[in-house]
Amino acid sequence: MSIGAIIVFGVMGFVVVASAVGMLISRNAIYSAMFLVLNFLTVGFMYLSLGAAFIALAQVTVYAGSIMVLFLFVIMLLGGEQLPFIDALRGQRMVGVLIGIAFLAEIVLYVVLRGDPGGGISLTGGTFATPAAIGMLLFNKYLLAFEITSVLLLSAVIGAIFLTRSAKQPRDEAAQLNKE
Amino acid sequence: MPMVYYLGLSAFMFVIGILGMIIRRNPLVVFMSLELMFNAANLVFVSFASYHKVLDGELFVFFVMTTAASEVAVGLALMVAIFRAKKTIDIDQMSSLKG
Repeated sequence: MSIGAIIVFGVMGFVVVASAVGMLISRNAIYSAMFLVLNFLTVGFMYLSLGAAFIALAQVTVYAGSIMVLFLFVIMLLGGEQLPFIDALRGQRMVGVLIGIAFLAEIVLYVVLRGDPGGGISLTGGTFATPAAIGMLLFNKYLLAFEITSVLLLSAVIGAIFLTRSAKQPRDEAAQLNKE
Repeated sequence: MPMVYYLGLSAFMFVIGILGMIIRRNPLVVFMSLELMFNAANLVFVSFASYHKVLDGELFVFFVMTTAASEVAVGLALMVAIFRAKKTIDIDQMSSLKG
């Protein structure tokens, strides 16, 4: 394991953790979204360093690109207003933090008891996980899942359109038709 | 790099996502925390895929991404619909199913 790999991983890990914490604690939803974009981009770089170039680019285009643009549109639509700092349930913040720490402790305990998986990942990549190999696997072994994914996306599009259309228009049109 | 580093980083991301879901009251930030948790799971998938040199993990990340995209589309549409009905996006105000 070279010193360069450690430095690269350290910087990326720091940015990932810092941007996640920034997303958690920033009061404004727009800032949260920007921190999350930074987080997704850094995780994409991490995929790249793991040799998964296709997944890295999909991460950048799908997550950091389209999903976050959708988030920003909805934030601007609803207003990134800062909610008043009043707890509806007293002390729920502390309980939440405690539950989170307990969960992290559980994960650490599991890894300690289960044992280190051992070994490391060489960051060179090479011919493993080329887009061609992923395409062959996707259209042979996972063809059915791929097709089902298209149905899932179609139903999501129809559901989103159905949920966001305004409910009054059809009624008005029906009333006009009745008048006529 | 040792495998444990990736697992630890992913666990930390996942816990921050859980904290965001529990603590924050803006539903948009709750959704972002959900995406963070998806990303933590994806990081484990990809790192184990290159650890074992098996491509299937990366394909699963691909499917998780499409699922997350459709989930975000439907969830944000729901949020817009709720905002139209209730005129607020405070998640503590949404205590009843009736509009």
